[in-house]
Amino acid sequence: MNAAALTRSRIFPLALGLGALAAAILAVEALIRIGVINRFIVPLPSQIALAFERVIVEEDIAGRFRLTLFEAFTAGAMITVVGVSVGLLLFRINILRQATETWVAALASAPTVLMYPLFLVIFGRSAWTIIMMGFVAGVPPVILKTIEGLTGTRRVLINVGKSFNLTGPQLFAKILFPAALPTIFVGIRLGLIFTLINVVGVEFLINFGGLGQLINDLAERYDLPGTYAAISFVILVSVCFFVLTEWIERWLRPVD
Amino acid sequence: MPSVATLPKSGAAGAQTAADAGILVVDGIVKQFDTPEGPLVAVDRVSLSVRPGEFLAVIGPSGCGKSTLFNVIGGLIDRYQGAVTVGGETVRGPHPAIGMVFQEESTFPWRTVIENVAFPLEIAGIARKERLEKAKRFIALVGLNGFENRYPAELSGGMRQRVAIARTLASEPKILLMDEPFASLDEQTRLLLGDKVLQIQQDLQQTTLLITHNITEAVQLADRILVMTYRPGRVKRMVEIDLPRPRSSDVVSSEAFGRYVAEIWSDLREEATRGMQDEESRTLHAGAAS
Ligand SMILES: Nc1ncnc2c1ncn2[C@@H]1O[C@H](COP(=O)(O)OP(=O)(O)OP(=O)(O)O)[C@@H](O)[C@H]1O
Ligand SMILES: [Mg+2]
Repeated sequence: MNAAALTRSRIFPLALGLGALAAAILAVEALIRIGVINRFIVPLPSQIALAFERVIVEEDIAGRFRLTLFEAFTAGAMITVVGVSVGLLLFRINILRQATETWVAALASAPTVLMYPLFLVIFGRSAWTIIMMGFVAGVPPVILKTIEGLTGTRRVLINVGKSFNLTGPQLFAKILFPAALPTIFVGIRLGLIFTLINVVGVEFLINFGGLGQLINDLAERYDLPGTYAAISFVILVSVCFFVLTEWIERWLRPVD
Repeated sequence: MPSVATLPKSGAAGAQTAADAGILVVDGIVKQFDTPEGPLVAVDRVSLSVRPGEFLAVIGPSGCGKSTLFNVIGGLIDRYQGAVTVGGETVRGPHPAIGMVFQEESTFPWRTVIENVAFPLEIAGIARKERLEKAKRFIALVGLNGFENRYPAELSGGMRQRVAIARTLASEPKILLMDEPFASLDEQTRLLLGDKVLQIQQDLQQTTLLITHNITEAVQLADRILVMTYRPGRVKRMVEIDLPRPRSSDVVSSEAFGRYVAEIWSDLREEATRGMQDEESRTLHAGAAS
């Protein structure tokens, strides 16, 4: 098989990715065993693998996974609905947009996680504090990318719509929105990253709820293999999200 | 398309001087753009009256304001002087009797070929089955059978342009404005498609305005040719093409055809030369300034 055929096959890139991951893990294992990496800071990958069973059985990982997934999903749905709506509003009302776009961009790069005490006061030590923190962190990129996508719609496509006498709402639903969709999804993906980081981070900080709290617990018990095993589940949550957004995007707008 | 039947057909077919005989009347259009280098007059005092069912070709050097004129007629630009009337009704915004094919790539990348072509029918509220059937006919007409379920990204530039043509034809506009629709096609496809568009135009008695850079194409298809000047875009000449219809491709070899082509070419060469000199001096100035 030549290189082109390998690139075309669906299995090969996946196998290559997993292979590289396995190789990296083996390398880390080897480096720890020969003493290049301190085993009291980074646990052996083989120990982490063994810790999975313990974490799953003893720490109610399924329940925690569900809770973190629920919090991240709720916050993710909120950033999508609110972010796209606000983006749309700012796109329609030019003066509002000029007045606020810089602020939204500033908020996007602000370490909002530091505001957690304020949210604790408002929402108490509950899942809502975590959801709202995830929401605040993830919503700016959705707003910004929604505006960018709508503004970036090619002039001629809008003219096609106008020449077919589309009404304002039709022009939006049939042309502006589908044209902006790929960019909007970039924003949603970006927003979900921030949301997930903040959800797990705040769980960790306020010691409440799902996987973040577990990571906190295990780290405090100095159970490093367990900590890393728990982190793997956070990665799993993020994988779930990316698969989901990809499905939704394909369903809303098949290929380009 | 509600106004098709109600549009007045008064006046003798040949009387282009009487404004009321025109289904489409353009009266003293001046369109000026504000550019960083100051105001730029793109279209200057253009007036014309198009007879019902007439095929008018518009020809002129690049940048002379042809597309701008079409955008004014199509109701896509505002803030111009003068007036455009369709069937006696002043145009403010896009008129339902006018259909447009744009110069730029204009297919919807998120729709398949058939969904693109069926778009105006969908907007008109025609049932799915019926509109897809109708769209298929127009796809066949532009020679894209078998590509119904492909996305524009999977087609060549010329094929995409044909999708755009089919989409506008599917809306069966009473007045059709086409901005260099055949520009990205090879000579053979261009001829075949030109024949087909002409045939539909004759069948439906569609009033057609066509922008082209191809003099042969203009003479072959049009009843009249509007030659525009280079910047500001004015009417240089209106040439009546008095060749018999239906025109087959052997009209090209007739002596009269050759005379029309030569005549328009000499007009156009003058303008094109002026345009080139203008561009050259501008780049020289820009070069000297920097
Ligand atoms: N939106 C705009 N803003 C500023 N200037 C414009 C705008 N649209 C067109 N122009 C200018 O108006 C002039 C006429 O443009 P137009 O597109 O009508 O030319 P054209 O005759 O269609 O040319 P071509 O044959 O190359 O398509 C050009 O000089 C162009 O730079
Ligand atoms: Mg043009």
